[in-house]
Amino acid sequence: MKIVVCVKHVPDAAADRSFDASDHTVDRSGVDGLLSELDEYAVEQALTIAEVGDGEVTVLTIGPEQAGDAVRKALQMGADNGVHVSDEAIPGSDAIATSLVLAKAVEKLDYDIVLCGMASTDGEMGVVPAMLAERLGIAQVTYGSELTVDGSTIRLRRDGDVSSETVEASTPAVVSVTDQTPEARYPSFKGIMAAKKKPVESWSLTDLGVDADQVGLASAWSTVLATQARPPRSKGEIVTDEGDGGVKLVQYLASQKFV
Amino acid sequence: MSEILVLVDHVDGAVRKPTLELLTLARRLGEPSAVFLGSGAEQAKDSLAAYGAEKVYAADDSAFVDFLVAPKAEALAQLVGQASPSAVLIPSSPEGKEVAGRLAIKIESGLITDAVDVVAGDSGPEVTKSVFAGNHTVTTSVTRGTPIITVKPNAVTPEEATGAASVEAFTPSISDAAKTARVVERKERKATGRPELTEAAIVVSGGRGTGGDFGPIEAFADSLGAAVGASRAVVDSGWYPHSYQVGQTGKTVSPQLYVAAGISGAIQHRAGMQTSKTILAVNKDDEAPIFELVDFGVVGDLHKVLPQATEEVTKRKG
Repeated sequence: MKIVVCVKHVPDAAADRSFDASDHTVDRSGVDGLLSELDEYAVEQALTIAEVGDGEVTVLTIGPEQAGDAVRKALQMGADNGVHVSDEAIPGSDAIATSLVLAKAVEKLDYDIVLCGMASTDGEMGVVPAMLAERLGIAQVTYGSELTVDGSTIRLRRDGDVSSETVEASTPAVVSVTDQTPEARYPSFKGIMAAKKKPVESWSLTDLGVDADQVGLASAWSTVLATQARPPRSKGEIVTDEGDGGVKLVQYLASQKFV
Repeated sequence: MSEILVLVDHVDGAVRKPTLELLTLARRLGEPSAVFLGSGAEQAKDSLAAYGAEKVYAADDSAFVDFLVAPKAEALAQLVGQASPSAVLIPSSPEGKEVAGRLAIKIESGLITDAVDVVAGDSGPEVTKSVFAGNHTVTTSVTRGTPIITVKPNAVTPEEATGAASVEAFTPSISDAAKTARVVERKERKATGRPELTEAAIVVSGGRGTGGDFGPIEAFADSLGAAVGASRAVVDSGWYPHSYQVGQTGKTVSPQLYVAAGISGAIQHRAGMQTSKTILAVNKDDEAPIFELVDFGVVGDLHKVLPQATEEVTKRKG
C-alpha cells in the first residue's frame, strides 16, 4: 500500500495573522509557520494504515523553503520519504492552481491512496481534496470521521448535518479525514533522529510539466478586492455572581429585547 | 435578465433554509433558477416559488443518493453548459463546497467559498468572506469563467418574492467515473426539536465548565427557543456529539445572540462564533479570554447562574 499525504505549512493559527497590504496575500513575516494541525490527522491515518498493511508513506508539500519544516515534522512522526514542490511562480496560487500542482506531483508518484486533512487552517476552504480527485479522475472519499482500509477497500464514516454516511470505495482514491479521527502521535526521539536520514526530493514546476503562468497570484481565477481587520468588539459589562447572576443575565437579555 | 443558478439543499424534497437565503441573494444578481437534484422536486416547487425562483431545473438519478458528490458536480456542470448562467450559488456545507470545487475544475471557473455576503458589482458578484478566525473580512470576486460562490447559512434573512418556478426536467448523463465512492449506509440524525445550529437566531453553548452535564445548557436554550452548541473540548471528551461543535473544525455560527457557558474562548472556538451580533458569557474564571468578546458577562458557576436565568426567563414569559 503506497500512501501519499498532502500537507501544508501554515501560519500559526494562534498568532496574530494579517494580510500584506500591497497584494492582499497572507503576510507570513513575523508569524511562525508549522505543519497544519488538521494535516497531522491525515499523517496519523497514513501511518496507521501503513503499519497494518506494510505500506509506504510519502509526504508531499508545496511551498517556499520554510515549508520543508512541515515535511520534516511528518518524517519525524514516521513517514518514509518526502517531496517538496517549490517554485518562485507558485506564491499566491489559489485552490485551483494548488490542486493542479498537487495532481501533477501525485501522478509522478506511485500511489494507492492520497490522504489529506479536511481543510487548511489558513485558507480553510476545504475544497482541495475534491478538486484533486476531480483532476486525478479517481474516487473521492472525504470528510472522514473514521477511516478503515482493508486490502483495496476504503471505508469511511462521513458525518453530515442531516445524516451520517458510510462510504466505500476501492483504491486508488483521494481520502480526507477530520479532527474526529485519532489525535496525531508525537515524534519520538528515535523518530527525530531517523528523520534526518530520510530522503526528501525537491521538485520544481518544470519537473512537473506545469507552466509558470498556470499558477501564482496573477493567474488565480479569483481576486481579492479588499481586506479589512475586524474592528475589535467593545468590551461589555462584566458582573460577578453574588447569588443574582442569573437574574442579571436575563435583565440584560430583556434590555436587548431577547426576552 | 441574467440567470443565476442556485443549488437546492433539501431532504427528500423538503427545502432547507439556506436555499431560501441563496435565492434571496441570487435576486440581487439576476433571475434565480433553482437546481433540484434528487427526488421530490414537485414537493419543493412551492417553497422555491415563494422565494423567487423563476425556473426549477429538476433531475433525478439514483446516483445522487448512491454516490458521494461527484454525480452532482457532473449534473451541475452539464446544466451550466446548457443554461450559461452568470453565476452559480451553492450552500456552504462540506458537500456543497466539494460539489463547487469539482464544478470549478470542470467548467474552468473561479470559486469563492464561505461567503457571508454577496452583492452585484461592476464586473460580477462581489463576495464578502470572514477569514482568520473571524478577525478579518475579505472582499473578493471571480475573474475567470462563471463565478461559483458557496454561501454560509445566515448570510441574509430570506425574503419572500413570487417566482414562476416552472419546472424543467433535465437528464444529465452520469459517468461511471463519478460512481466510485458508494454510500453503503445512511443513518438519519435524531431530531432534537431544537432549531438547527447554523440557522438559529439564538445559540447557547457549553464548554469544559459544564463538567459533562449539559442539563443546564439545554434547559436555558429551551427557555429561549435556542439551539445548543458545544466547544471542541466537550466534543473531544465525548460529552456531546460532534455535530454540535462550534469552532474552526465544527460549525461557524453567526446568530443574533450567542451565550457561551463554561467556555474559555480559545481561538478554535472564537473562529466559530465571534461574528455573532450579541455575545454573553458565564464563566468561573474572570480572566477567561471569552470575556474580551462579550457584551455582557457573568463571572460565576454556570450550574448556579443558568438554572436561575432559566427560571427568570420562564417567569417573565409567564
